[in-house]
Amino acid sequence: MTRRSPLLLSVLLFGYAFLYGPIISLMVYSFNESRLVTVWGGFSTKWYFELLDNDQILGAAWLSIKIAAVNASVAVVLGTLAAMALVRYGRFRGRATLETMVTAPMVMPDVIIGLSLLLLFVSMERLTGWPQGRGQTTITLAHITFSMAYVTVVVRSRLAHMDRSLEEAALDLGARPMKVFFAITLPIIAPALAAGWLLAFTLSMDDLVIASFVSGPGATTLPMVVYSSVRLGVSPEINALATIIVVIVSLAVAAAGLLMYRQEKRQQD
Amino acid sequence: MNQARNTASDASWQAGSAEPAIRIENVTKTFGKTYAVDDVSLDIYPGEFFSLLGPSGCGKTTLLRMLAGFETPSSGRILIDGKDVTQVAPYERPINMMFQSYALFPHMTVADNIAFGLKQEGMPRSERDKRVQEMMELVQIVPFAERKPHQLSGGQRQRVALARALAKHPRILLLDEPLGALDKKLREKTQFELVNIQERLGITFIIVTHDQEEAMTMSSRIALMRDGRVEQVDPPRRLYEFPISRYAANFIGSVNLFEGVVIEQQGDEVLLQCDEAGAVLRVRDSRKMASGMPLCLAVRPEKIRLLAPGEEGPNQLTGVIREIAYLGDVSIYHLELPGGKRVQFTQSNVQALAEQPLTWDQTVTISWRPDSCGALSE
Amino acid sequence: MKWPALPRPEGRQFIIGIPWFWLALFFLLPFLFVLKLSLSESTLAQPPYLDIVREFKDGLVVLAINLGNYELLLEDSLYVKALISSLEIAAFSTLLTLLLGYPMAYAIARAPRHWRLPLMMLIILPFWTSFLIRVYAWIGILKNNGLINQTLMALGLIDSPLEMLHTPFAVYVGIVYSYLPFMVLPLYATLIRLDMTLLEAAADLGCRPWKQFLTITLPLSLPGVLAGAMLVFIPVMGEFVIPDLLGGPNTLMLGKLMWTEFFSNKDWPLASALAAVLLVVLIIPFMLLRHFERRSEEAQ
Repeated sequence: MTRRSPLLLSVLLFGYAFLYGPIISLMVYSFNESRLVTVWGGFSTKWYFELLDNDQILGAAWLSIKIAAVNASVAVVLGTLAAMALVRYGRFRGRATLETMVTAPMVMPDVIIGLSLLLLFVSMERLTGWPQGRGQTTITLAHITFSMAYVTVVVRSRLAHMDRSLEEAALDLGARPMKVFFAITLPIIAPALAAGWLLAFTLSMDDLVIASFVSGPGATTLPMVVYSSVRLGVSPEINALATIIVVIVSLAVAAAGLLMYRQEKRQQD
Repeated sequence: MNQARNTASDASWQAGSAEPAIRIENVTKTFGKTYAVDDVSLDIYPGEFFSLLGPSGCGKTTLLRMLAGFETPSSGRILIDGKDVTQVAPYERPINMMFQSYALFPHMTVADNIAFGLKQEGMPRSERDKRVQEMMELVQIVPFAERKPHQLSGGQRQRVALARALAKHPRILLLDEPLGALDKKLREKTQFELVNIQERLGITFIIVTHDQEEAMTMSSRIALMRDGRVEQVDPPRRLYEFPISRYAANFIGSVNLFEGVVIEQQGDEVLLQCDEAGAVLRVRDSRKMASGMPLCLAVRPEKIRLLAPGEEGPNQLTGVIREIAYLGDVSIYHLELPGGKRVQFTQSNVQALAEQPLTWDQTVTISWRPDSCGALSE
Repeated sequence: MKWPALPRPEGRQFIIGIPWFWLALFFLLPFLFVLKLSLSESTLAQPPYLDIVREFKDGLVVLAINLGNYELLLEDSLYVKALISSLEIAAFSTLLTLLLGYPMAYAIARAPRHWRLPLMMLIILPFWTSFLIRVYAWIGILKNNGLINQTLMALGLIDSPLEMLHTPFAVYVGIVYSYLPFMVLPLYATLIRLDMTLLEAAADLGCRPWKQFLTITLPLSLPGVLAGAMLVFIPVMGEFVIPDLLGGPNTLMLGKLMWTEFFSNKDWPLASALAAVLLVVLIIPFMLLRHFERRSEEAQ
C-alpha cells in the first residue's frame, strides 16, 4: 500500500527546494567577489575576513553567545521542573495555569512578549530598584521565559514515554526519591535535556524582537546588528555570517542526528 | 478432544467435483530474500470454513493478505470463482476481511462503520439502513448503533468488525485471528457463534489462526502451514488422527513418537523394530514399505490403554510411572520405559474417587491398537 | 494522569512552584502591565507615559483611566484596517502553509521507515538557523535584480523585472517559508499515528484510494491540521520581521504597527492598547490550540 505517487514526490521535492534554495543562495553569494551581491564577480573569501574585522558584529556575537548560554542553562532547569510537575503530579492546584503558561510563549507573538516584559521591567525597577536599567540581564530573563516553554515540551515528551518501572525498581531496591532522580531519571532523560539546551540556545541567538524591546543602550545582540544592516539592503558580510551559522548548525544537527540514529539502532538490535 | 465438525455440505471438496471458490496456484511471496509464502497451491470450495493454521511467521497471514489484495504474489495466481484476481485491487475484489485489530474507523459510529462498505457500492439509503439493521441484529449489537468504537468492549468491537465485513454479503470472508484479542471464555462462546453465522449465511470463511483448538472446533478443513509451505490439508479429524509428518503430529495435540525400522509387512500391518521401546511395534498402514526402511510410529496419549495384570495386548510396553498431572477431566501420566524413554498416556477420571488410582513409581503395562496409531515417514 | 504517588522526588512544592512563579511573574503578570499602560496617557518623559495611579503631594491618590488610546484605535481607520489585513494575511498564509505542508507531511509519513527520520530532520533543520537570516535570504532572491528576475530575464521569459519584493506576495512567501516546519510537525505526528490497517479495511470494503484519503485519512488527521494551523496563525498575527523586511509600505500588520508606535513614535500607551487588542483576538485560536493538544495527549 506504499505506492509512491509522482505528485506527492514532486511536492516533497519542491518543498525541500523551497526550504533550502534561499539558504544555499546565501552561501553561494557569500563567496562572491562583488559587493553587488547579485552580480557574480568571481570567487572570493574576502567577506569572511571583513567579517572578522568587524568589531561591532563580533562584539554583538559574543554578547549573544553569553546571553544564550546562561539562558539555555537556566531554561533547562526550569523547563525540566515544569515538565516533571506536569508529568508526575497529576492534578494539582494551578495545573491548568501552568499548562497554559508553558504553551502560550511558543505561539505568542514576539511583539507582545517583548512589550509586556519591558513594561514589567520598568515597573519593577521603579518599585524595587531591580533590574537596574536594561541590557544583558533583562534580555536573559526574557529569553529564559520563552525558551523554557520549549524545553518543557521536549523534556515532557521524553518523561512521558519513559518506562516508569525503572524508577519503581530503584525505589524497590531502596533508593530514596532524590537518589532515584539523579541515578535513574536524569540519565534517561539526558538526551532531551541536551536537545532542550541546544534549542534554548538557538532560540536566544535568533531572537530580534523581544531583545529589541527589553534591551537598553549598550546591549546590542547579534540579531539586532544583523537587522539594522539588513534594513539597509543586502550585504555580503551578512551572507558570510549566515554561511558560518548554517555550517555550525548543520554540523551540530548532523552530529545529533547521527547520535540519535545510532541509539535507535542499538535499541533495535 | 474437540469434536470435528462434519456436516453434509462438507462433501463437495471430498468428491472434488465442485468449482472451487478460491484457487491458489503456486503462489510465492518473497520479502527481500525471505520466502514468506513458498509455492502454495490450495483449492477452497464454496461454503467451507477453512483454516490456515500455523505458528507465527509461517506465512499464513501473508497468504490471507494476498487473498484480500493487500500484497501481490511474487509469482503464482489467485482465482476467485475461476477469475484471475492476482492483480486486482483490494477495493475491487468480491472478498471482505475481518482484521485482527478489527480496524474499526474511530471517527464513525457503529452503524456508520457497518454502512461504510455499502456506501462505497452506492446502495440506496433505505436499503442500506435495512441491511445495517439486519447485520446489527445478526451479531446482537443493536443497542450500540450510535456508539463510537472506543466506547465498546473488546467483544462488542469484534462483533462490529464481523458485521462490517459481512454487510456487503461477500462470497468469501477472510478472518485474521478473529478471536485473538478475546479472553478464553468469550473466545469459546464466539467460536460457536461464528460457525452458526457461517452456516446460516452460507459464506465461505477463510480464517487465520495459530490456535489449534480454535481451528479444530470451527473448521471444515485445515491447512497446516510451516515455513511458508502447506504441510497438510485435511479435515480436523483426519489431521488429528492421521498426521502425515512429525511436525503435523506435534503441532496438534500431544503425541508419542517411536523411531524404528521396518521389519516386514503382514497384510495391512507394518511391523517395526523399535530400539528405544525395546519392542516390536505394529501399526496399520497399507502403503508399500521396504524392510529396513526407517519409520516413525505416532500414538496419541488417549489411545493408550492400561492393561490389567495378566492381560495381553498389541504394542505392549511395561514401565514405571514417573509423573502425574491431574487436569480434572483427565490425568496425564509419564511412563518411563526400561531404556529411559518416556511415554505419555491419559486416563479419564471417570470416578471422583478412583478405587485404585495410579501412583508414582508404580509399574504398569500399556497397550494400543495398531489401527489407533499412525506411521510417519517424514 | 494515571500515575498516583510513586516516585515523586521530594519537594513537590518546589518542583511545581518554581516554574509556576517564574512564568506567573515573567509571562502572566506583564500582561496586566500592558493593560494598565494601555489605559494611561502618553507623555514626553522617560519612560514616556503617565502612570494611571498618581499620588499628589498632599497624599491624595488618583486613578486616572484614559480610554483615549482605544478610542483612537476605533476612530483611525488605519488600525481597524491593520487588524483586518493581519487577519487576512494570517488566514491566507496559514492556508498556503497547509497546502504545501500537508502533502509533505503525508509523503514523509508514508516514506520507508529508515527515510522518515532524516526527512523530518531536513524539515526542522532550517528552523535551527537564524530566522532573520532566512527571511533576509529572500530579499536577494525576490528583489528587482535578484535571483528570480535575473534567471527569468536570462531565459528571455520577461523583458523587465517582476515587482516581487515589498509586495504581499513576498510576505506570503516569507511566512510560508518560515512557518512550514510548524505545520509539518503536528501533521506528521498525527499522520504517523494513523493506523494503516484502517486504510486497508476501507479498501477491503470497496473504497478507492482517493476516497480513502477523504473519508479516513483526512478526518482522522484533522486535529493535526488544526493544531498546525493555529501554530502558524497565532504567531503570524503579530509577525514583525517578515512584513518589515519583505512587505511594502502598504503591508499593514498589527505587529509592524506596534513596532512603529513603540520605537518610532515612542507612544507606549498606544502600542500597549494594540497589544491588548491583539491578545484578545488571539484568545480564541489559542483556546482551540490547547483543545487539540489536549486531545492528542489523550490519544497517546
